[in-house]
Amino acid sequence: MASIVQFENVGLRYGHGPETLSDLSFTLREGTFHFLLGASGAGKTSLLRLLYLAQRPSRGVIRLFGEDMVLSPRERLPGFRRRIGVVFQDFRLVPHLSARDNIALPLRVAGMPEEELAGPVAEMLAWVGLTDRADARPPTLSGGEQQRVAIARAVITRPEILVADEPTGNVDPIMAERLLKLFASLNRLGTTVVMATHDHHLLHRVPDALVMELDGGRLLDPRAAA
Amino acid sequence: MIGRAAVQPLLDDRQGRRAMVWIMAIMIFLTTLSAALGLSTQGAGRALDRQLAARLTVQVIEGDAARRDAVTAALLGRLRASADVARANEVDRARLAELLEPWLGEAGLDADLPMPAMIDVDLRSGDDATVARVEALAKAAGNGIRVDRHATWLAPVRAFVAALGWTALGLVLVMASATGAVVLLVARAGLDTHRGTIDILHMLGSTDLQIARLFQRRIGQDTLTGGLIGALAGALLVALLGQRMASLDSQLADGVSLQPLDWLVIALLPVAFTLLAMFAARVAVLRRLARVL
Ligand SMILES: Nc1ncnc2c1ncn2[C@@H]1O[C@H](COP(=O)(O)OP(=O)(O)OP(=O)(O)O)[C@@H](O)[C@H]1O
Ligand SMILES: [Mg+2]
Repeated sequence: MASIVQFENVGLRYGHGPETLSDLSFTLREGTFHFLLGASGAGKTSLLRLLYLAQRPSRGVIRLFGEDMVLSPRERLPGFRRRIGVVFQDFRLVPHLSARDNIALPLRVAGMPEEELAGPVAEMLAWVGLTDRADARPPTLSGGEQQRVAIARAVITRPEILVADEPTGNVDPIMAERLLKLFASLNRLGTTVVMATHDHHLLHRVPDALVMELDGGRLLDPRAAA
Repeated sequence: MIGRAAVQPLLDDRQGRRAMVWIMAIMIFLTTLSAALGLSTQGAGRALDRQLAARLTVQVIEGDAARRDAVTAALLGRLRASADVARANEVDRARLAELLEPWLGEAGLDADLPMPAMIDVDLRSGDDATVARVEALAKAAGNGIRVDRHATWLAPVRAFVAALGWTALGLVLVMASATGAVVLLVARAGLDTHRGTIDILHMLGSTDLQIARLFQRRIGQDTLTGGLIGALAGALLVALLGQRMASLDSQLADGVSLQPLDWLVIALLPVAFTLLAMFAARVAVLRRLARVL
């Protein structure tokens, strides 16, 4: 299996402060499933931001899809972003769009014709159990419902990489397992998944999953989840 | 490309849009009025120049009425024979008396009162050489002949019209730059309102141009709507004032009218501001996005 993500001696510094992330070197192979663990403030979101191209590292090399992201010109980044699905820790839904339109957004950005949107969007709504709330706007949804909209939006394009920042933080355990199943089935279809979580119960729910653990901005030795 | 259907809800903030439309309508209304004032004053100045430059008044000042009439008749003949003169006519004495009545009272109507004869002369050309030739020709006809160039004694009027023209031009520039500034401000404010949406679209893989186009189109639509309302209202008011002016029936008022070209300029104002607004929105969005990765 080819490697789809490669970090070499990556460091990240916000402003002039100390390094938030240091000496990150790891490789993710295509189609693998990774949990990212670490205490609050350990740098999980920071690492994921590098991964979904919201941020360039202060040093080191990041290669995605076999291409150097640090040297890639800015104009090429949108093309790479479309191949990465993201569940943001703070959801980032468009507040004046319905759940349905939020979920459809990545397809529209990618230029899918309007008449082809309805099917996939309805399917995703059903998957996350929000068919009844399709026309509701995010501010009128509960935290867990918003999170599910965010997840549906991240996976609707069948991205090559799925980056999820504590995607089950706001849902009950049953919904959490259901969402994890969604990720696992996407993973079986070939998507490489990186999921930050505090929920250790979920680790053994995904066979063959790997664990990366951050501690003070450095990676501990990789290990298997189970 | 983000589909059209997505565009409407994506940047939905109807309240803000309506405000934008009305602000643009008012700004462009005022710009239209100052432009109309500037253009028409310019037209008036040009008309005045045309009329004044080639026009003289010749006075025959002679106490004896019979001699005066003889000199006047001879002079008229000479003037009409000259190749430089388009038209020469004696000002009707009854009309002259009428004009003088407020100053002279009933006596002005007395044919025996020593009143100068006046001849209005239209020249074929207003250049100095022609004027000088005709002046010499007139003066050769006898003593007591005075030649006045209209341009000379209407110079204060001409200067006033010119000053008015410059003021109007300044006003147009001030209004246009104020409108331009408002357009820029609104474009930036729109960007601020939608900062969150922009960032989300950006993270979902929208290109800078896709996002810029969304804003450009929306701000363009609003500016054009407001601009058309403002320009239409302004043009109606200008046309109405023009009609009033025409009914004044004065030679000066004849010049104060808008030519087809002037109307074209006014019609192009909303289009010009729409393009400016779209450009401003585009630059604002691209600049903002260039700051993030
Ligand atoms: N934009 C920023 N500017 C400056 N410092 C930041 C910024 N974002 C994060 N940090 C700092 O970097 C460190 C790591 O933050 P990060 O959000 O990556 O942690 P995390 O592991 O995701 O935590 P949590 O589990 O609470 O979400 C923290 O000390 C945080 O204060
Ligand atoms: Mg975090």
